[in-house]
Amino acid sequence: MLNILAGIGIAFFGFVLQTSVAGFNRKVTGRIQKRYGPVWYQEFRDIFKLFTKRSVTHGWIFDFGVIMAVGGIIGTAMFVPLTTHTLAFAGYDNFFIYVYLIAVGMLGMAMSASGSGNPLASIGVMRALTTMLAYEVPFMIIALTIINLTGTSSLTEIALAQQGQFNWFAIALPLGGIVGFMSLMGMLGKKPFETYIAPAEIASGPMVEYGGKQLGMLLVMHEITVFIEVTLFMFLFLGGAGSIIVFLIKYVLIYTFANMISSVNGRMKIDQVVLFFYKWPLIMAVTQAIIAIYIGWVI
Amino acid sequence: MKSTKFTKFTEKEADAKWWEIGNYFRRNSIWMLMYCTGCGAIELPPAMTSAYDMERLGMGPMATPRQADVLLVTGYLSVKTLRRIIYTYEQMSEPKYVVGFGSCTINGGVYFDSYAVINRLDYYIPVDVYVAGCMPNTEAILNGFVDLMGMMKNKTANGWVKYHENYEWYKANQIQAVGEVHVHDEFHE
Repeated sequence: MLNILAGIGIAFFGFVLQTSVAGFNRKVTGRIQKRYGPVWYQEFRDIFKLFTKRSVTHGWIFDFGVIMAVGGIIGTAMFVPLTTHTLAFAGYDNFFIYVYLIAVGMLGMAMSASGSGNPLASIGVMRALTTMLAYEVPFMIIALTIINLTGTSSLTEIALAQQGQFNWFAIALPLGGIVGFMSLMGMLGKKPFETYIAPAEIASGPMVEYGGKQLGMLLVMHEITVFIEVTLFMFLFLGGAGSIIVFLIKYVLIYTFANMISSVNGRMKIDQVVLFFYKWPLIMAVTQAIIAIYIGWVI
Repeated sequence: MKSTKFTKFTEKEADAKWWEIGNYFRRNSIWMLMYCTGCGAIELPPAMTSAYDMERLGMGPMATPRQADVLLVTGYLSVKTLRRIIYTYEQMSEPKYVVGFGSCTINGGVYFDSYAVINRLDYYIPVDVYVAGCMPNTEAILNGFVDLMGMMKNKTANGWVKYHENYEWYKANQIQAVGEVHVHDEFHE
């Protein structure tokens, strides 16, 4: 019982943290574009405003999918470790738990968007799943390499291995670190790989028919998803976090860096995204896996 | 002396309180849907980018009518585009506001005697704020939005309530201008 409360607390912490960091990053983007930018709590205002609006429904699949998306993502966030010893369910921090559970939220959103009946939403969902297919392959190769090297798939133990036995894997496996960061950009939907949102092209993709409360819930879901993905990257490649201060510093740095790269890039087409991920990141990931596992060169 | 005894809110007072809280969020996060038919669109890029930077007031462009709070009608409306404006306005989720932009939406502007252009937008959908001028410059646009925020604060930006109350009147005007007003919903018919 206490575990469940702690898990919901972690999900809530992730929501508050990521919403603040996203607001701060809108200011960073503004400064890059020589603008002043909004206040740091602008994202909170946007989400709460959406909850005060009236909204329409497009049938029960539309409503149910939104609830499934938020529920699935909160369920995933309950397993996320904040530091190497702050964990709601000790022993259940296996890497594959996140890979499987995060799909529940994504599929809930896909189901709901398709239920709206808008063709642009279907195109957006198709693009989101194609992008997922593109970045998952190189990311999985690197993740499996790390699991092979450390001999465990528990996130906290991978982080502990990086604090003792190995360097941070972003340094120990330099090619793998680059591939991991590219995949992270794809997961977050940041600019070169933003094909499935594309506001000017397919009218914000899956979100095209959402307004009011449903859109507010989707934004909550999006913030918690980003929290999970950035934390996953931190624990796999940047040595996790020993204390909550270190966690906050690493989190803000990773997300701000991704956002800075995003704000100076254009948007690729969907076939360019797939070709890109299946070309350089895949070659780099396979090379890194061979070097690290069969030759044994780990810095 | 003010009584210190706790009195329970009536339902109406509680609603008013919630409305005030919601108003704070709504006026600080205005998402616009830009309906750029006329020349007015050219004044919007400087308002959004580094020269005037709308985003510091929490405003931003949105892609679809479902997500937007404010319908920004820039320029003249021919009878054909009026039909799309009506469909768009009815798709937006409430509370929703309309900003009419340039003299075309007030009295027809330079197209006042055209057979194909409507003269006054307020006959067809309720307009909360007008920004006058041909063209209004960028400061005037931002001033119009700040006025809209002030109206939200004073609870006078209630065009969408008027649309509900006087729906027959608006509907009659719309039908008179465009003939038939019917949303074809091919997914749920």
